[in-house]
Parts: sequence; structure tokens; C-alpha cells
Amino acid sequence: MSPLTESSDAKEAGQRELITFRVGAQEFCVDIMAVREIRGWTPATPLPQQPAYMRGVINLRGVVLPIMDLAGRLGLEMVEPTVRHVIIVVRAGERTIGMMVDAVSDILAVDPAAIQPTPDVACDTVKAFITGIITLDSRMISEIALDRLLPSREQIAA
Amino acid sequence: MDELDAIRITFFQECDELLADLESGLLAQQRGAGDAETVNAVFRAVHSIKGGAGVFGFDGLVRFAHLFEAVLEGLRSEKLEPTPDLVSLLLGAHDELIDHVTAARTGRVQDLRRLSGVSVRLAEIVDRLKVAALDASPEAATAPERDDFDFDFTPLAASLEPLPAPPLTAPAPPAPLGWTIAFRPLAELYRKANEPAVLLRELARLGEARAVLDLSDLPSLQALDPEDGYLAWTIDVAGDIEKAQVAEVFEFVEGDCDLVISPMGQAAPAAAAPEPQFASEPQAELPIAPPPVKIAPPPLLTLVEPEPAPPPHVEPEPPRAVQSESAQPESPPAEAPVQTPPPQSVIRVDPERVDRLVDLVGELVISQVMLAQKVQEAGLPPSSGLVAGLEELEQLTREIQDGVMAIRAQQVRAVFQRMPRLVREVAALTGKQARLVTDGEATEVDRTVIERLAEPLTHMIRNAIDHGLETPEERAALGKSPEGVIRLSAQHRGARIVIEVSDDGRGIDRRRVLSTAVARGLVAADAQLDDEAIDNLIFLPGFSTASAVSDISGRGVGMDVVRRSVQALGGRIAIASVPGRGATITLSLPLTLAVLDGMQVEVCGQTLVAPLAAIVESVRPRPEDVRRIGSGAVLAVRDSFIPLVDVGVVLGFRDRPINPADGIVLLVETDDGGRVALVADEIHGQRQVVIKSLESNYGQVAGISAATIMGDGRIALIIDIDAVISMRNRPAPAPLLAAE
Repeated sequence: MSPLTESSDAKEAGQRELITFRVGAQEFCVDIMAVREIRGWTPATPLPQQPAYMRGVINLRGVVLPIMDLAGRLGLEMVEPTVRHVIIVVRAGERTIGMMVDAVSDILAVDPAAIQPTPDVACDTVKAFITGIITLDSRMISEIALDRLLPSREQIAA
Repeated sequence: MDELDAIRITFFQECDELLADLESGLLAQQRGAGDAETVNAVFRAVHSIKGGAGVFGFDGLVRFAHLFEAVLEGLRSEKLEPTPDLVSLLLGAHDELIDHVTAARTGRVQDLRRLSGVSVRLAEIVDRLKVAALDASPEAATAPERDDFDFDFTPLAASLEPLPAPPLTAPAPPAPLGWTIAFRPLAELYRKANEPAVLLRELARLGEARAVLDLSDLPSLQALDPEDGYLAWTIDVAGDIEKAQVAEVFEFVEGDCDLVISPMGQAAPAAAAPEPQFASEPQAELPIAPPPVKIAPPPLLTLVEPEPAPPPHVEPEPPRAVQSESAQPESPPAEAPVQTPPPQSVIRVDPERVDRLVDLVGELVISQVMLAQKVQEAGLPPSSGLVAGLEELEQLTREIQDGVMAIRAQQVRAVFQRMPRLVREVAALTGKQARLVTDGEATEVDRTVIERLAEPLTHMIRNAIDHGLETPEERAALGKSPEGVIRLSAQHRGARIVIEVSDDGRGIDRRRVLSTAVARGLVAADAQLDDEAIDNLIFLPGFSTASAVSDISGRGVGMDVVRRSVQALGGRIAIASVPGRGATITLSLPLTLAVLDGMQVEVCGQTLVAPLAAIVESVRPRPEDVRRIGSGAVLAVRDSFIPLVDVGVVLGFRDRPINPADGIVLLVETDDGGRVALVADEIHGQRQVVIKSLESNYGQVAGISAATIMGDGRIALIIDIDAVISMRNRPAPAPLLAAE
């Protein structure tokens, strides 16, 4: 593929492409460049003594992929995974992880200037894991801070 | 990566080899085993490094190598005597040359000491040589060098004549008459709408060009894929042209073609009917011709390159890897005698490619097991052809796995050869005299293990010299040779490699060790310990005998760290000591970190794998063998009581232990020689598993050493037995969630 066809129209216009998805009643998004693939839920092997939002690990073509329940991580109500749940495989910092979400909605092209700073709400998880907010019609979509999502290696080993 | 980077990498790879040659040559000289050829080899090594460094403009490295070389030249021409002093200075120069190479590699030139003692002393010798040369005027012409530090190597190149090898080394060869370019466009090149004819025309503008078309790959019309590339050209471009100019022509098709640019007359292009097509005016430019460095365009040529002769590098001795004493008794006698001397039977492969292959074979093993499981579930009779075929597949898969692992195996030499320098430096710092004797360098072990051997070995050797060896005076008073001997050996024992570091020093001072351990509260004051138990106290965390923490061993790193890093490799460490005679530390490590023999067990519905090496036996306990002690329980095995540890509870899978009599018990050996009985629900037999890192995408999980993929495609965790045992005494940790 030549470099020319690779860059999409959105990029030329200086826009960012985001994948939006639903967790509970709320909408979130991540940059499409961070997304490796999207797949259905498969049962995970639980890891001992890890936080409840870590659902365990699955085999992604020979790679051990940790699965995080995004609802649990964001402090929302966690439900038992079903086959309807979706795993979004993303690159988070140096690690590749799977985020379990309820459903993937769509792909948006957004002008970076349209992303508003996170409002100063009292919720600590919002401050920790949300980098910005996009309003679209009547929808409010929060962008996830992927690099902060996983506990650090030190926290895991502790 | 551009071409220059590729060559630079090759240069540094060669530097490593040359430095190793240099050191072994100097060590031979030190032992008195050197002869004229040794000196020649040593000289050539330094010379080659200097030549390559000049190409890349590593001025500091060139300057130092130049001094070094000048002194070696004095040795070679017998103007200098190989006195022990001089040889040890040369060894010091070797060490410093490593630093220079490292600085050039990392670009951290500022880290180097500007004027080290070694280079000052080398310079003094060079000055003396010069004076001597002036005195004996007829010799002046071949005198080692003026001290002008320019890059004028010609006098040295001329003095290479008596060498048996062809003078490939000449770093500044006569300007090549032109370049021979082997050019084979790949399908990708055409797909990107590039046109070879344009490139050829471009080449013809550089100088007089002659292109020969190679049609040998052209298939018959039926087999021809119109979108693929089948044509290749060999182009001679004559004239005073810079290689970069030639390379520039191909800049945009780099990676989409096989391309070799070599000085005209050196390459052996495939013969074909000459077909002169292009001619043009030679360019009237007079650039300096670079040395004949072969360009290896990534990634197409790097894999099976039969060792071209990249930057100036002479290798008259037989190829290195074949000299391995045990691995191959005889190299296959030149099956394809294409190359002129020497027959090169070593290929250089990017380790990542091999790692990828190892991973893939791991996948293959898993797929094969999955398939076998599916067939078994289908309930086919064992006599069916499918089952027999699967068994054959399994056999082949194992053989491929062994073969691939053998490719990745490396000799421990790679680590051992870093140790002589360490011994010299530590000995110098501590005022001791030490000599390193190594044995079994050819012992092979997986690369994953090799990489993690250096650190524990470094600590062990430092300790042996710093704490083990006496000072020369003490040794003389004891009737020992003033020079202590550090012995480093490796050998295979079963599926493990055993590495020993021993010294002939004072041995472990048990009284002091015991009193220190008591003082630090590591053992009870009235504890009755046998000699072996006392010796092993040095591995306890928080133990460090050095009352004044010395600069060498005491960098806050004790033997407990060594033990931990060895255990992290699935290894064991033990010490044996004889007072007054020395101590021996023995490491026993698995041969690979890629696969593991494990026992598959079930705990709370989860499949876990326990390393087989740690398991002494597995038993199904009778109810009367389980005894309660307070809230805990022990298992009566023959005449001893062994503490029972419920794996499910330790890992947090359940709150209360099951009745051990309802499950199965694995008797495992702990590090201090004791035994613990691990309770699991069920046992599913033993199997070899492929180790998958949990850390690369997550982190280290307490009680778990790694993961593996089972026959059904799901992940099973591998138990870290030592961690599970040490975790049993801790209260279950609070969930992480609260920590944030």
C-alpha cells in the first residue's frame, strides 16, 4: 500500500478517528489507532488475587491477553459476562490488553478541538481514566486514558 | 533501518568477535602458549577494528586502536619483548578497547576517560619504539607509525605482507574501478509501479554501464504469474563513483528487491550472454572511494548470507563456531564449494527470527495436542488411520521442536568470555591475585537462559575473589601460591545445566557466618546447625558478612539476590566449602525457559501446572494420615510430618481448605531442604508445556510464574511453588482495588 492511500480523508482534514462503545448506559471511546481487533467474549482463566475487574487471561493466537472488565475498572456495576459482550483488544502503553465492553457503537471522525477537557467532577475514577469528553448531538462520549487503565507492574506484584 | 545502519550493526557484531579473539590470544600469550601466529592474530584483530571504526568516523576508537596496534606491531616485529608486564598492559588495553567500542556503539563517548593510564603507557611505548626506529635508520621506513593520529593507515597495510592470509584487510584499497550491482526486483517493486528500466538508465548516467539480463528464473508460460517478478540483472558500472551514488539510485525500491553492490571485479556475477545496452559519459567527480563494504539491504539478504567479507576483516583460522569441541565432531565437508577460503559453515541469523520460530513451533505443539484431544473426544478406534497419523504428527512435531530449540541453543562461552575481564578488574581493586580457569565453555543452553546467566555469575565471581581469596601475602604465609584460582565450569546433567564457580581461598568462615546470622536475627542464638546449613545461611535475605561493605561485592547485592535470580530461572543454588581450601557454588538450571515439564492439576475447577522438577512424589492421602495442629494440618508420610498447604486457599480461589483426603497431595522440596505437601483437587498427569510470559502484557502475579496454553486452547497458569509456600504464612492480601 502506498503511503498516499493509507492516510484517510479524516487524517488529511486533521481529524482523529475514534471507536465508540457502550458500557452500561454510558458511552466511551478510544483512538482507532490503539485498537488491534474486536472479538467476542470467550471465558477467561482467572488470575489469583487480582482486582475483581481483572477477568483473567485468554489465549489470543498464542499470546497471553489480560481481560479487563471496563465497567468494573470505571467503578460501574459489573455484570456476568455473556456471549453478547465484546472484547476490544487495545495497545495500552507497552502492554496489549482486552477491554470487555457491552457493545461497540460506531466510528467517529472528530476534530481534536472538539474534544473538551474532563469536567471537574468529584469522581476519582473519572479523573483517572477519562482524558476528555466529546458531545455529539445529544450524546456524551468520554475518551478513555488507555495508558492508565492497567495497574502498574509494581501494583500487580504487590 | 538504512543501509549504513545495517553495516554499522555488522561492524559491531564483528567487533565482539574480534575482541573475543583478541582476548583469547592475549591470554594464550600470558600463559606462555603464544607464538608468532598468536601475535599476528591479535594484531589483525585490533587492526580490523581500527579499519572499520575509521569508516564510521569513530575517532576516539580509531585513536586508541591505533596506539594499541602500534604497540602490537612492535611485538610482532620483535622490537618489544612479550614480558608479563607488557602482556598485562595489553590485556588492560583490550578491556579499554571494549569500552571504546561500547562508547562508539552507544554514542556515549563522553563516558570514556579521556586520557587513561593505559593509553598513556601505550603512547610511551610507541614513543620509545619511534626513537629506536630512528636510531636504526634502515628500519625507519617500517617503523610503526608517526604519532599524528590521522587516519593514514598505509604504512601498516604495507607491513601486512608476510601474513599468510590475503591482505583483505587493507582499509584503504585502491579506488575501485566501479561497482557490480546484482539487482533482482521482487513482485512488490512492480506492484508499486516502479520500472527497472528507469533504474538501469539512471545507473548508466553514473558511468559506463553494462547490464546482463538473467532469465534463469523465468518459468514456462503456463507457470508464469504475470504479477510476479522473474528478471534479474547484473550491472557493471565503471568509473570513479561513490557507492552512495549507486545506492541512491535504488533508494526508492529498497526492500522491494534483492540488491548487492560490490566493487567491480570482486563479485562473481552469474555468467550470461553479455548484452551491452547502456553507455554514457562518465562523471567527472573525484570522490574518495570508500572501502569495499558490502551492503546488505534489510531484510532480504541478512538471513542466509554466507558471511560475505564485510568491513575489513581477516579470518585465516578455521571458522569459529565449528571449532566447538563436542557439538559437531566434523563439519559437513564442503557440500557446495562455491566460496573460496575458508569454507564458511556458519550463518548469521537475527535472533528474533529464531524466537519467532520457537514461538510458532510452540503453537504447533498446542494445535497438535488440541487436534489429538478432539479426535479422542470423537471416540475413534485406536486402529483408525487418523489416530496413527496423529501419532506420527506428534512425533514430527516433537522433533521439529527439538530441532528449533537446538538452533537457539548457545554455548555458555558467550557468558564465560566476559568473565576474565571481571576477574582482572576485581583482583586489581581488591589487591588480590587471581587467575580464571574455565571449563566446558562449549556446553549449550537455550539463549533465554544464557541472557540471564551473566548477572548471577558476575556476583558469584566477585564474591569469590573479594571474600573467598586471601591476599597474596596471606596465601604465601599459608604455603599457597600467591595467585588464587577461580574455576568456572559448565556441564550438562540430565535436562539441566550445572555451572560451578569455585575458588581455592579460605572457604566460608562458619563461626562468623553463624554469629552474623544470629546478630541479624536470621537464626535463633541456640540453633543447632550443621556445617551445610551454616554455609547456606549466606543465601538468606538480609545477610551480608562484609563488616565493611566493600566496593566490589557489596553493591547492596548479596547472595540472596543471586539465589532469587537463579530461582526465577527455575534453578537451584548450593554451596560447599572446606575451610582453608575454598568454596564451590553450584548452580543447576533448566536448559530452556521455553518449555517445561509439568504436572497438570485441578484446583477449584481451574487447571494449573506445577513444575515437575520440584515435585518429589504425589500421593492420595488416607484420612488417618492427615493430622490437625491448631488451625493447620500436617500429613504423616512414613515417619515424618509434613505441613499441608492448600493451593486453592493460597491463590485465593477458595476461602477454606478442602479436606486433603478428598484431594491429591504433591510433595515438594523447599529451598532449605524441607518438604511441603501441596493440596490440589485432582491430578491430570504430566505433560510438557510451552511457557508463555504473563508479564509481557500484564505483570508478575504472586504465586504464578508464567502461563501456558492447554489442549483446549485455554490458558493454564504455572504455579510458582516457592512463592506459594512462602505466601501460605501471609494473610490473604486485600484486593488491589482498594489500593487505588
